[in-house]
Amino acid sequence: MFPSRIWRESKHRYRLEAGKCTKCGKVVFPYRLICPVCGHREFEKVILPETGKLLTYSIIRVAPSQFTDQAPYAIGIAELENGVRLLAQVADCEVDDIKVGMDVRIEFRRVQTDSHHGVLSYGYKFVPKWY
Amino acid sequence: MVGIVGYGAHLPRHRIKVEEIAKTWGADAPSYKKGLMLKEKSVPPPDTDTITLSVEATKNALRRAGKLDPADIGAVYIGSESHPYAVKPSGTVVAEAIGAVPDIHCADYEFACKAGSEAMFVCLGLVKSGYIKYGLAIGADTSQGAPSDALEYSAAAGAAAFIMGGENVIAEALHTYSYMTDTPDFWRREYEFYPQHGGRFTGEPAYFKHTLGAARGIMERAGATAKDITYAVFHQPNGKFPLRAGKTLGFSKEQIEPGLLSPTLGNTYSGASPIGLTSILDVAKPGDTIMMVSYGSGAGSDAFIWKVTERINEVRDSAVRTRKLLDENLTYIDYGTYAKFRHKIRKNE
Ligand SMILES: [Zn+2]
Repeated sequence: MFPSRIWRESKHRYRLEAGKCTKCGKVVFPYRLICPVCGHREFEKVILPETGKLLTYSIIRVAPSQFTDQAPYAIGIAELENGVRLLAQVADCEVDDIKVGMDVRIEFRRVQTDSHHGVLSYGYKFVPKWY
Repeated sequence: MVGIVGYGAHLPRHRIKVEEIAKTWGADAPSYKKGLMLKEKSVPPPDTDTITLSVEATKNALRRAGKLDPADIGAVYIGSESHPYAVKPSGTVVAEAIGAVPDIHCADYEFACKAGSEAMFVCLGLVKSGYIKYGLAIGADTSQGAPSDALEYSAAAGAAAFIMGGENVIAEALHTYSYMTDTPDFWRREYEFYPQHGGRFTGEPAYFKHTLGAARGIMERAGATAKDITYAVFHQPNGKFPLRAGKTLGFSKEQIEPGLLSPTLGNTYSGASPIGLTSILDVAKPGDTIMMVSYGSGAGSDAFIWKVTERINEVRDSAVRTRKLLDENLTYIDYGTYAKFRHKIRKNE
């Protein structure tokens, strides 16, 4: 991943910063310029909740080169407590133990490592919510 | 009053047992278990490093710090000997992840296993002087021991974070004292993957001299004996050393055990005595006093005496307790998985 992209996306990748439409209240993640519901152009900054439920997932067995060490692993969509849905890897969980509807928590993890010399990219992953 | 206003820890869930490592190298597991009092250790998966552990520990510290605005944090210092980058700070990622940028001072500290307590000491000083309102001090490591080396049985991963401040204090810093000499007991040269150590030289002239020196120094300044202090936590490179240090100073097993995590956690290096302190705060009562003594090879110790306030009862369950992270939801891995997680296997790139 290019350093400029990591830098540009760090607000939502690092600290789950989202935008809440000041007219209709729609929460968009990541940030947008125009509200997809009402077309308004002003948003206030909100931080997403860190827990939710897994809605669906897909198991990756043949992974892209940066992720081959982790295969098999799951990518899932979770709905957070405020209704926002997001896509992330499901970590700390055997793929056979993943179930639709399971409670997940968001944790800060290393999401991509470009070889031995590239920049490290950090962000969010889902982990099973066990407490 | 200056002291801790928020504290938290984070540990990976993966563990490897001493038997599993010993089996691979034909070593005698019972002698490690009995001799060093080590049963198992934590292992970071490939997506977990000093930065990610620091962020999660900090989030727990913020949960216990009440309505503190991260923008009021004026400094972030991470002590570690396993910063993910050789050049590029770890602290900037943590500051960005909690929303404490850009009005903040940031530095990464290194002093073998004592870097975390250095961060705590400097944050206390900056708060006390009025330079900053709050300071974030972190001790975190994902340490590596060379395959088959004695260190491989203990080198573990974990983090503790403390927010220092002057209002809503959970534990007041009553005394601090540091003790340091130049003692080459453990080192890693640049570009080397694994550290070297002086074998038995790491005991008496290194760990014990500095740990006991710092403990005696701070107890003398406080005019306290072991009976006047409720709990003590020492750097814990294994299970045996801290118990022996405590016994030498007159502490009972009951005073040491709440903060003694190494038998099932391993040595979390810069995280070790700081994580032990979080575990004591999880069970301490208002009015209790806690002595913490770190140790870093090279060599030196930082000592603190904390006094727990009434506020502990309000905040301790605002985040997960350290013992829960240590004892529950564990995944045991075999040596092959461990070697893969820790990049000990040479692959084609
Ligand atoms: Zn709208």
